[in-house]
Amino acid sequence: MTVPRIVRRPLDAAALLARVASPAHGATALFVGTVRGTNAGRAVTGLEYEAYEAMAEAELARIEAEVAAAHPDVALAVEHRLGALALGEASVIVAAAHAHRAPALDALRVTVEELKRRVPIWKREHYADGTREWVDPTAAGATAATGADGAAG
Amino acid sequence: MHIHVLLFASAADAFGAPRLAVELPDGATADDVRARVLAEAAARGAALPASTRVAVNRAFAEPHRRVAAGDEVALIPPVAGG
Repeated sequence: MTVPRIVRRPLDAAALLARVASPAHGATALFVGTVRGTNAGRAVTGLEYEAYEAMAEAELARIEAEVAAAHPDVALAVEHRLGALALGEASVIVAAAHAHRAPALDALRVTVEELKRRVPIWKREHYADGTREWVDPTAAGATAATGADGAAG
Repeated sequence: MHIHVLLFASAADAFGAPRLAVELPDGATADDVRARVLAEAAARGAALPASTRVAVNRAFAEPHRRVAAGDEVALIPPVAGG
């Protein structure tokens, strides 16, 4: 069964938790990335997400396969939302479950970091002054270390 | 060789279109595609980020990967999901 990972509707954390639930699991880790009201000192009023959907699905499937190879018994569920999102709304949710917490937490972290690094999804920030800009995490001043990779996650 | 390059986000804005047709010699590589599209954007006054990459058939392509007519080729500006 192939479940779409790229969606255009509000995300539901409970639904993703249900997808990884099993009596074999003693640990479930959940990441929810939400739209933040500021980025790099600028007031953000909302975001829009766009994707190369066919490749985004393929890249997420490759990431899931890599995580499954590293942690064979981890159950993983990923959803990323596209379109216009308001402040506080969830743009991405990842759930990882395993018998024990260490593999669940590691699988969660790797999945989120790889998603941000290589899945072809873009976000355009809408600012309080009426301007809009595509976020470029590779631009000067925007680094993963500072978290300045856009007003979400 | 005629290639249609899929464009997204800032690259689509630079051309005002979701795809760009380019003519390249047979044997052209992913890096040739990248260089051509960045040059055409620059000619229109748009500086695409240096970290822009190329995907072939829905996977990131190494710079020296050869592109063939019929491949699905896309320009991938710096990604910002999450």
